[in-house]
Amino acid sequence: MCLGIPGQIVEITDASRLLAMADVSGVRREVNIACVLEGEPESLVGCWTLIHVGFAMSLIDEEEAAKTLEALRSLGEAQETLEAMAQGDAALEASR
Amino acid sequence: MRYVEEFRDPVAAKSILAAIEKVVDEIGATAEKPVYIMEICGGHTHAIFRYGLDRLTPAGLEFIHGPGCPVCVLPMSRIDECVEIAERPEVIFTTFGDAMRVPGSRKSLLQAKADGADIRMVYSPLDALEIARRTPDREVVFFGLGFETTTPSTALSIQQAARENLANFTVFCNHITVPPPIKVLLDDPSMVLDGFVGPGHVSMVIGTHPYDFIAADYGKPIVVAGFEPLDLLQSVLMVLEQIRDGRAEVENQYARVVPEEGNSVSLAAIADVYEPRPRFEWRGLGEIDASGLRIRDAYQSFDAEIRFKVGYGAGERSVQEPEGCACGQVMTGRVKPHQCPHYGTTCTPEMPLGALMVSSEGACAAYYQYGAMEAAE
Repeated sequence: MCLGIPGQIVEITDASRLLAMADVSGVRREVNIACVLEGEPESLVGCWTLIHVGFAMSLIDEEEAAKTLEALRSLGEAQETLEAMAQGDAALEASR
Repeated sequence: MRYVEEFRDPVAAKSILAAIEKVVDEIGATAEKPVYIMEICGGHTHAIFRYGLDRLTPAGLEFIHGPGCPVCVLPMSRIDECVEIAERPEVIFTTFGDAMRVPGSRKSLLQAKADGADIRMVYSPLDALEIARRTPDREVVFFGLGFETTTPSTALSIQQAARENLANFTVFCNHITVPPPIKVLLDDPSMVLDGFVGPGHVSMVIGTHPYDFIAADYGKPIVVAGFEPLDLLQSVLMVLEQIRDGRAEVENQYARVVPEEGNSVSLAAIADVYEPRPRFEWRGLGEIDASGLRIRDAYQSFDAEIRFKVGYGAGERSVQEPEGCACGQVMTGRVKPHQCPHYGTTCTPEMPLGALMVSSEGACAAYYQYGAMEAAE
């Protein structure tokens, strides 16, 4: 549970709460960007980050992102994380 | 060589493996008198078995699978307290899925859910925050669990809840820290450890300096490692080279992700929201001083232990682990998983009795999943 998954920041969704939309292996997920923010939130759009339980924890380059995703896929971790994201979405749906 | 073809760069893997073999020879380590290297992180344990690294490396090198899986080291008493909170009718209990199957003395969270408790698996504490916003008439409790990689996320969530004055959000805090149990292991005269592979993503948060004592005070090498097979092999080689050269240093193989000083935002959030508990119980290792975190008084309205009057300070807590369960001995390298009397019979990943069988990062589950028992015999 302590592995991060690479995702690309595609949009700032709520600057006041430091939330951004990330693309994680084709799945969109809102993440908190507090830990990687230097300067304006908008400057992060397009950046690759290592995302752990919904928080962007570290900036990484695109090549590192690709390598990490490949390793996580081999470990089955990428799938596990995507399933956990889907579970989180389902838990939220149940609260509507 | 079963898994070597799966490496993205088999040539590089083979050359690192050859270098490892050479250094093990130079050290003079053999199957009878091996070098013992502990990987602390459960993610590394999982990767070692998944890629068969324990079988690819020479017999003179033995991996010891340390206490680096937060699900695995959770004592039963804490699960019992989760269940106690979750069974309250006003509570929505939110947790990472990993914790659902950990056995408690009465039931697991999965069983509690089946029995009607409102338990929801979330991906992030942000999901728990959002559920709290949407259901103001219910108490939303997040099961905060994990090492330093995960700790900032709950700290930042609590800070956010405080900014919003969310009155129905609390965290049941079970965050633990990596350095104290390492010190306990190093202080144990019966442990034989020659070096460590350090946890990559924990170090991304805390940096490399918290490990300085391992090299300076105990004279043992530690190399912070990434999670790809080549990362792990290279890190093992770096540890071995230190042993051969009589050096004990903190080295960083994962510098592309791990800054030496850690992540300042994460560290500030952790320091603001948490303080060390005087002691915290670890499954298999007992109570360790200052190894767990509690929520500071300034944020006590977000502390589930205070709101629901459970946990430390709420009476006698000790719970007996299942009889014969060898989780503690496995984590300290005293026995191998398959030497536990419950292994593969009364304890399987489907029906775990001990915690090391619950998560894929636990040594027993990894042994079971990848058939390492046969290889070990």
